[in-house]
This record gives sequence, C-alpha cells and structure tokens, in this order.
Amino acid sequence: MSEQEGSPAASLASRLVPVVLVAVALAAFPFAGSKFGIDLLTRIMILAIFALSLELLVGQTGLVCFGHAAFLGIAAYVTALLTPQSAPAPLLLLLPAAVLAAGAYALVVGALSLRTRGIYFIMVTLAFAQMAYYVFHDTPLGRGSDGIYLYFRPVLSLGGWQPFDLDSGHTFYYFVLASLAFTFGLLALLVRSRFGHALAGIRVNEQRMRAAGFRTYAYKLAAFVVAAMLAGLAGFLYALKDGFVNPELLSWHQSGAVLVMIILGGLGSLRGAVLGAFALAMLQELFQSSTVFGEFARHWQLTLGFTIIACVALMPNGLVGIGRQIGRRVFQLRWRHA
Amino acid sequence: MPEREADALLRARGVSRSFGGLKAVDDVSVDVHRGSVHSVIGTNGAGKSTLINVLCGEIQASEGTVELLGQDVTRWSQPRRARAGLGRSYQRNTIYAPFTVLENCRLSAQAALQRPWDWLAAAERCEASVAAARHALERAGLTTQAHLVAGTLSHGQKRQLEIAMCLSTMPRVLVLDEPLAGMGPEESERMLALLEGLKREHGILLVEHDMDAVFRVSDQITVMVNGRVIASGTPEAIRANEEVQVAYLGEAFAD
Repeated sequence: MSEQEGSPAASLASRLVPVVLVAVALAAFPFAGSKFGIDLLTRIMILAIFALSLELLVGQTGLVCFGHAAFLGIAAYVTALLTPQSAPAPLLLLLPAAVLAAGAYALVVGALSLRTRGIYFIMVTLAFAQMAYYVFHDTPLGRGSDGIYLYFRPVLSLGGWQPFDLDSGHTFYYFVLASLAFTFGLLALLVRSRFGHALAGIRVNEQRMRAAGFRTYAYKLAAFVVAAMLAGLAGFLYALKDGFVNPELLSWHQSGAVLVMIILGGLGSLRGAVLGAFALAMLQELFQSSTVFGEFARHWQLTLGFTIIACVALMPNGLVGIGRQIGRRVFQLRWRHA
Repeated sequence: MPEREADALLRARGVSRSFGGLKAVDDVSVDVHRGSVHSVIGTNGAGKSTLINVLCGEIQASEGTVELLGQDVTRWSQPRRARAGLGRSYQRNTIYAPFTVLENCRLSAQAALQRPWDWLAAAERCEASVAAARHALERAGLTTQAHLVAGTLSHGQKRQLEIAMCLSTMPRVLVLDEPLAGMGPEESERMLALLEGLKREHGILLVEHDMDAVFRVSDQITVMVNGRVIASGTPEAIRANEEVQVAYLGEAFAD
C-alpha cells in the first residue's frame, strides 16, 4: 500500500510472515485443541471472514455500513431454506445461491443508499438491515423468531466422487479455514490492484477522483456488492456450523459487533480485521467465564464494554498498530534520554 | 463557422446557473483555444467558481451549452468530461494527503486506464500510469519529492502537485482555479513559467486573483460581475475598458 513507508520487499516480508505463521497455527490446531476449542475457533474464523468483508467497505473505501448483518443473515437463511428437510443439498448449488442472494440484495440496497453520504449512509444501511430483519422475523418466509433448523450439511459431488465430507472429523474446520484464506487472499489482491487503489482514493478524496475521471458511484457499488458477497460466505458457513439460523443473525447488534471488531483490530488493515474478530470473541469468552469472574460473569457485557472503550482510547490505531505504537514510544524515550 | 470558433477546445455558450432565486452565473460565454490562456477575473462572489464547476460538470448548467473538443458535453457527468480531456485543479488543495506524491499522480493517471476488473496486477506495476505520473511530476518540478507523503509538502509544493495531478490525466484543456493562491513571489514566478510552458500544448482557462500574473500570462480576459460578463477581450482592451475600471480594477489600474 502506498501509505506505508519502508522498502517494498522488507515491508512485504514483515507483513507476510505473521500471516503465514497464523495460517500454519490454525491448520495445526485440530491436532492439539479440544472439541470446545475447535468449535470456538471455527466460529471465530467465520466472524473473521465477516469482519474482513466489512473492512473492505469501512477501512478501505471509507463507507461506514451499519447494516452488514443483513448480508450475513440473508445468505444464512437462503442456505437453510434451500436445504431439503430429508436430504443434503449439493454444495455447488447452495454456496453460489447463498452468496449471490446476498450480492443481489446488496446491489439494490447499495444502488439506493450510496446516493447518500456520511451519517445518512449509516442510517440508510441500518434502516435496510432492519427491514430485512423484520422480513425474517415477522413473515412466514423466516418462520418467526424461532428460526429454522438445517439437518444436513451440503455435499460436494463431482460425477459421483466426493472429495470431502463436511460432517466427518475436522473437515468443516478446514473448510472454514480455507474460506478464510480465500477471503484474505482475495482482498489482499484487491487492495493492491488498481481497483483497490481507486477505492482508497475515494476514501481520501472522492471529489478529486471524480475530477480525474473515475465514476466513483460505480466503484463504490462494486465494493458494496463484493463486500456483501463475502459476508454472504460467512453467513453460509454460519448456517452450516450450528445447523440453525434465526433472525438475530440480521439484528443491528450483529452489525455493531462487526464494526467493533474492525475498529478494535485497526481500520485500514486486513490483518487488523482478523485480529479484531479473534480479540472480541476471546474477550467475550473470557468475561463470560464463571471460573474466572465467578458470579460477576453474568455482567459480562459491562466488563466487555469497558474493556473495548479502554482499548479504543489507548490504541487509536487498533491492535494491529500496537507494535508500531510501542516502537515509537520506546524511540521517543531513548531520544529524550540521549 | 469562423475559424477561431472552430478550433476552440472548450466553449461555453450562454451558460447560466441558478441556485433558487439567485443567478450565480448569468448568460456567460467563453472560448478556450489551444495555445492560449483565457482568464476569468471578478470580485469574490462574481460567479467564477460556479462557472468553473459548470464547465467541469461538477454542477449542471441551468441553461446554455458546453462544448469540449467540438462535442456537446452539457449533460455529461464530471468523470466523463475528465476522461474526454478536461483537467481541473482546485482553489483549495485537494490532494490525497496520506499517499505519496508519486501515488497522487499515478492514481490520477490511472483514470485513463482503469481496468477495475483486473485484480491480479498490482497498481504500482501499472507502467503506463507510473510513466504518466513521472512525466507530470517532472513538468511540475516535483521529481525529487516523488517518494514523500503528499501531506508533508510545503504549501507551494502542494499547489505544484495540484497541477501535476491535473497533468497526469493527460488533458487537452486545463481549468485552473487560483493556482497562485497563497504562494510567495518566488513560487509564483515558478508557477507562471510552468503555465507559459503548458500553454503550448494545452488550452488553459485560468481563474486568478493576482492581477499582475493575469495580465502577464493571459491572451484573453473575461471580467465577471454579479454572475454576468461585463467585458471580454485582450489584456490591453480590458485595461483600457472604463466599465471594468469602475466595476472591478479600481483606481490602481485607472492611472
């Protein structure tokens, strides 16, 4: 990225090494982790995909979308609704259907909401997400607040040959890990491409981009749809993980939580989005644990809230910027003592 | 059609723009020819900025037509006009402050070859846009600053960068909104030399408050008061025009 200093090769290596280390650690985890740990990590990786998809809008393009849960929820519901009661659905049908449904919805919502800016954009995206929430909450389509159960995970069958079975062993875990790697890789490519640089230009100065000859509305709409489709991938995995969807997936709490993840992790960075998803989920686990906090664990939302406020106040660049922040502090101290 | 009209790169005919009851620009016609500088002067609130915005498509004209390279572009959006060869700079610095100087220009140059679907190629490896950016930086005299973060430049250098970004899109017509604003005498001198060089391959529409500079570089001057054109002609003719002296130039020029 053009905003980062230092030689390109060195900065590429310094950014690539932690990513590869985390990928290896995640791949090795099922050999050592408990069932609870694997389950938790699966959920966190799905949240990380969700956070990455929002990072494209908020951190890269500068569009603060406060209705991102709608894309997650719609894809999850499509996954549940298209799965038959008594047999598994083909993966090659179910996955594209879920992702495209989220993308199609985003095309309509984006076409309308991207005509507004700033606080109005936040409010309009929230309003559309609330509409989607009530469609699933209050109409026969979504079967109310109880949600829908999904009895079969989809199967991948290529001419009778099944490369993997999502129900056996740790296959689903690795399927989610592969999805996370795909999402991260895709966005990393996108950010360094001309499309990504144009999005960054729109974030910094949209007027200038128009004066140079960019149709910024089309760029923003494309980013909106891509982000929604990746959120849809997260929604698809979410539905498969627990075999259950309910309207809370589309609630504004969910949209808010994913915003907190990317802010906590550090806006403007893909690694930050992944880190933020891990951090928020782990903090939530920690404060909900009665072995650590005893009776007080019932008030976990209070402790979590205060912790987030403290984190944001102390780390303006998020978790991903903390290394640089400490480095600068140390440098300044030395400077002063020299 | 008279010859001078035929070779106008940018031409506005009877352009008006109202905001509610206020006519900010009222029946204005200007031509910008290749190899010449056409300046628009006027007091604050005379409608110069609105005129620029209408010419560039940032806002639409209420009446009248705008032609660019012989095509009627009155209903075209700003990005479309920009891609057709209309470059503009802004009165206030509107650079991409967090990016490097080179990236500021490279991104502007990218507008000519956007390829937004190509996600495999890195933007920095886009040879054509890098070459266009380096060329523009060289013309604007910013080659040694290419790797700096744009926000850290001095005010004068930011004004130069504005022009370089504008040149990166390889425009035929330049619409420059107060390029000398806030510049010291030395920086102004450098900028004027740059404008005189650019004039050879481009048509330039200049809005500027520095009267000495305007009378030095302009081939034609249009004077606006309250949204309307009160005079248009060569610098000598404008200097001698009594109405202009009364309305705008003041006693300093009446001597």
